[in-house]
Amino acid sequence: MAEDRFIRESEQAEEESWGAPQAERAANLFDLRRIIGGLFVLYGVVLIIVGLGDSAAEIRKAAGVHINLWAGIGMLVMGIVFLTWAFARPLGRQLREEEEKAASQQPG
Amino acid sequence: MNQVRLNTDTLDYAIVVVYFVVVLGIGFVAKRYIKTSLDYFLSGRSLPAWITGLAFISANLGATEILGQAANGAQYGVATANYYWVGAIPAMVFLGLVMMPFYYGSKVRSVPEYLRLRFNKQSHLLTGFIFSISTILIAGVNLYALALVLNFLLGWPIIVGIVVAAGVVLAYITLGGLSSAIYNEVLQFFVIIAALVPLVVVALVDIGGWGGLTDHFKHTKVGEAGLHVFKGTAPGHVVNPIGASWLGIVFGLGFVLSFGYWTTNFAEVQRALSARNLSAAKRTPLIGAYPKLFIPALVVIPGMIALVKIPHLGGASGQLQYNNVIPLLINKYLPNGMLGIALTGLLASFMAGVAANVSAFNTVVTTDIYEPYIKPGEPDHHYVTFGRFATAAGIIVSIGTALIASGYSNLMNYIQALFSVFNSPLFVTFLIGMFWKRMTPWAGFWSLLSGTLSSFALWMAYKLGWIGFGSDLAESMVGSSLAFFVGAGVAVAVSMVTPPKPVEELRGLVHGMAVVDEKVPPEDRVWYRSPTLLGVGALAIALAFCIIFF
Repeated sequence: MAEDRFIRESEQAEEESWGAPQAERAANLFDLRRIIGGLFVLYGVVLIIVGLGDSAAEIRKAAGVHINLWAGIGMLVMGIVFLTWAFARPLGRQLREEEEKAASQQPG
Repeated sequence: MNQVRLNTDTLDYAIVVVYFVVVLGIGFVAKRYIKTSLDYFLSGRSLPAWITGLAFISANLGATEILGQAANGAQYGVATANYYWVGAIPAMVFLGLVMMPFYYGSKVRSVPEYLRLRFNKQSHLLTGFIFSISTILIAGVNLYALALVLNFLLGWPIIVGIVVAAGVVLAYITLGGLSSAIYNEVLQFFVIIAALVPLVVVALVDIGGWGGLTDHFKHTKVGEAGLHVFKGTAPGHVVNPIGASWLGIVFGLGFVLSFGYWTTNFAEVQRALSARNLSAAKRTPLIGAYPKLFIPALVVIPGMIALVKIPHLGGASGQLQYNNVIPLLINKYLPNGMLGIALTGLLASFMAGVAANVSAFNTVVTTDIYEPYIKPGEPDHHYVTFGRFATAAGIIVSIGTALIASGYSNLMNYIQALFSVFNSPLFVTFLIGMFWKRMTPWAGFWSLLSGTLSSFALWMAYKLGWIGFGSDLAESMVGSSLAFFVGAGVAVAVSMVTPPKPVEELRGLVHGMAVVDEKVPPEDRVWYRSPTLLGVGALAIALAFCIIFF
């Protein structure tokens, strides 16, 4: 299951960043991309399940489009993209690296 | 009786509840985690451009924008896209490329603060008053829009909806705090996009694509003229349903109204000020410009489809008024599940709109009026307590201003009227102040006051029926142009007779005297991070769209 993998990954990333300074951990925890990604994965999965069980009447209402299913797939993909981006380039590390770079550029 | 009621079920409510649990949960956790009110997020000038750019466009794409522009889509057709391609993109590019160096370079924390440095305390205080009135009026618009949706969903009378919504927002700001409000603002943007895209897809499939839409739209009361952005806007012979000539559109909407909004709006400029360096601050509005180019597809098209597909749409009140276009389409097309997503998006974005304006009101009243001019030198907690009272008072006053908003059949027109009175005069004062060293402190004050009063007087005369205009929007365009000329004239006249500020005090505040200590960091020198290229690209796409839909 996609979510399981992401939960594992997120726990792993949480552990990795545990030793990091508090500000960095906080930045990761509240990284918008993780929150958007998590919410969209959840909504996507729910919509896909609902969409698979949609009645003919509901599909007729949406002009014959399996809209719950398609929107669910779309949201799931968006969610995965955001999570992947967030874990590939953690905000905390990015901010720290920039601070270090800025500090090293200061004379003296 | 034509009663419309959304057919919501438990699943839809669960989707709404999950959203608010997430947003409030973040607020709670953040409070425990970070003692210094989310300083890593807000300030420290540490944020990469993609975050500030997203926050920038999220602050703009609120519920009123969505409901209001869809209403315009039904009323004016394709010409509504003028609000975007003419009325937003050029101003966003101008803010990024021309004005940002002064804002960011002068290290001010807010828009009114810039006026204090450039002019005098009196201008600062006057702006403080103007901002507090305008934020509270716009909070009222959002509150009313929220009540409209509650009226739809639960059948509550509008007044009950307004009061309950105000209570919910107050609870939400107090419980979740500032961090909840900020996260909600960006999250709602994504949820509302996730709601609108499927809605547009389904509606377009139903009507037979863009071709089907144009065929049907020709036979509505708006007619063929409503399929063009500019055609039929010749001065003196306006047949385009937008009701204004291209002169009014380009100068009134495209220049004064939109430059006034985008370059001086508290919530918008604030986002760019938290960027990590000047390059990121410049790119903030430019990154926001790209989504803005395509948003007409998500709001104007549903408006037009609604006019075809929903019989008897129109009028100022009742279930079928223009403001209800999006809820009506959601009701018509979306099955349970997607319905919940759509509801979440709408509710969240009204909450964000009210919360953003109420907190801006609180900031302005506390830091720009109370602290410097009424009771200076008190300990910090005194101002925090005062701020809480200001928030509560702001929400209570918003209930009153929500009732004013309920008198407008088209919310976007009301908002444009507010901008023409409050933002356009501010813009002319800024523009001249930024480019003309000789403009004196008192010229700033009188230019702002006279511009605001003249635009307000015109609006009153229009409302009382003394002067007629082709549409509400036409009044806003003329009103903001009037404010522009009066403000400019007064600025020049007063500058002639009052003493200017010493030149050394203007360093970093005026064109030609910008502080250039900012070096572009190496990683921002790549071509796709060039502000000029981003800006020119957005302008080129906007121009191409204007030609395609001429």
